[in-house]
Amino acid sequence: MSANVAAAAQAASSPDDKAAISVKDLRKCFGDHEVLKGISLEAHKGDVISILGSSGSGKSTMLRCINLLETPDSGEVRVDGELIKMKQSRDGHQMPADIRQVERIRANLAMVFQSFNLWSHMTVLENLVAAPTHVLKRPRAECLEQAEALLKRVGIWERRNYYPPHMSGGQQQRAAIARALAMNPKVMLFDEPTSALDPELVGEVLRVMRSLAEEGRTMLVVTHEMGFARDVSSKVMFLHKGEVDSAGEPKEMFARPPTPQFKQFIANFNK
Amino acid sequence: MDFDFYLSTIWSVLKALPLTLEIWFFGIAFGLIIATGLTWLRASGYKSGEYFTRAYVFVFRGSPLLVQLYLIYFGLSQFDFVRHSPILWPILRDPMYCTIVAMALNTAAYESEIFRGALRAVPVGQIEAAKAFGMSAFTRFRLVTLPIALRLALPAYSTEIILMTKATALASVVTIMEMMGTAQKIQHDTFRPIEVLTCAGVIYLLLNLSIARLFAWVEYRLSPHLRPPPEQSQQIKPVPEVL
Repeated sequence: MSANVAAAAQAASSPDDKAAISVKDLRKCFGDHEVLKGISLEAHKGDVISILGSSGSGKSTMLRCINLLETPDSGEVRVDGELIKMKQSRDGHQMPADIRQVERIRANLAMVFQSFNLWSHMTVLENLVAAPTHVLKRPRAECLEQAEALLKRVGIWERRNYYPPHMSGGQQQRAAIARALAMNPKVMLFDEPTSALDPELVGEVLRVMRSLAEEGRTMLVVTHEMGFARDVSSKVMFLHKGEVDSAGEPKEMFARPPTPQFKQFIANFNK
Repeated sequence: MDFDFYLSTIWSVLKALPLTLEIWFFGIAFGLIIATGLTWLRASGYKSGEYFTRAYVFVFRGSPLLVQLYLIYFGLSQFDFVRHSPILWPILRDPMYCTIVAMALNTAAYESEIFRGALRAVPVGQIEAAKAFGMSAFTRFRLVTLPIALRLALPAYSTEIILMTKATALASVVTIMEMMGTAQKIQHDTFRPIEVLTCAGVIYLLLNLSIARLFAWVEYRLSPHLRPPPEQSQQIKPVPEVL
């Protein structure tokens, strides 16, 4: 407890050091099923946190609670020190108090989805330009220039005028990552970005993600890619049945699994 | 075959085409406005809105357009307050306006169902992506939901418009001399139903053919993403090892 107080005092004294994302005691039920049973997480600038867990452990729900795609039942989410304000609705559920604040914070938290979710009626280039021009109100010409540069970076510039259904899964996911980058986000949220891909396409997406990690981007990555978790991330968090089972330094975690559950989990993957 | 008779009949019926198009245009234009309102009401989440739209669709989709037209033209004028209303009476005493009102109310029921289905068919993931990028509800609707829903609605909507084209023929029963009314008059004057009705039928067919072609063209223009890509052969470079 005293460590928390000290950390809080330090955060208050040096604003540069405040957590990019701070989640405290997040709870969420779907009906009778309690998916998140009080999860806390802190991500500092430059952290790449891999969130592992078997299916149903609540990892995706936790990520979606951070940008309010799911509304947590209780607990608090801070982005760059700013608390997302919540209020009680008439039926007793929690809901965002200020939707403008939520939208402003979401614009800083770009998300990459498992099923890409590119806008299918727009070309790749239009996908990259839509949010920066309409949400951040940046000039279109500038956004186009940045979009082309990003597409070159992820290696699909040649496909810039293609529609998403005309590309492979790997290309679509790279386009989705470029779309997220176009927002110049403070934190990037990845929700199982390689789970919907054919095995031979996983590598090209992971390569892009690794390069993002190397340039010091703050990333929360829900993933089943053990290699990425072990070699690229700066921290690994293992969720089990809606709770943080264990967390720590990746090399350490994989070398000496701190809990039987995590040991079992990675053993299943190595089979 | 009496070509002169065919030609003169076609010419007479064609002269009534502008009137048919007028009923058609205003019917579907006002219908679209009402349908938009109904769709919004249905999607608004208010229980009362949902009940109202369901009742509306039940009544106007469930009863024949002819019955609705008769009720509006012959029925409503039975009420004193309608005849004495400075707003209602100028509309409801005019058969042209009555036809447009009946068509608009009727097509709105079908269209609101088409739009409701289209809105529900928009992939949730794409709306979620728009949310996750900080778009406001309005921006989300304008950039993502509406463009996708319109494309989904177009095929069913074009069918409804074609049904409405044919429904304009009902105007003839309330004394409007549009194409069908004109054709019937010629038929009564000449006692040559086959020739006259064939001419009218062919004109309706051609009219609907052009409407269908127009919608097909719009659909084609709006859905390049549903066609095979233009240059399939283009080689894509692999991701460079060092980015």
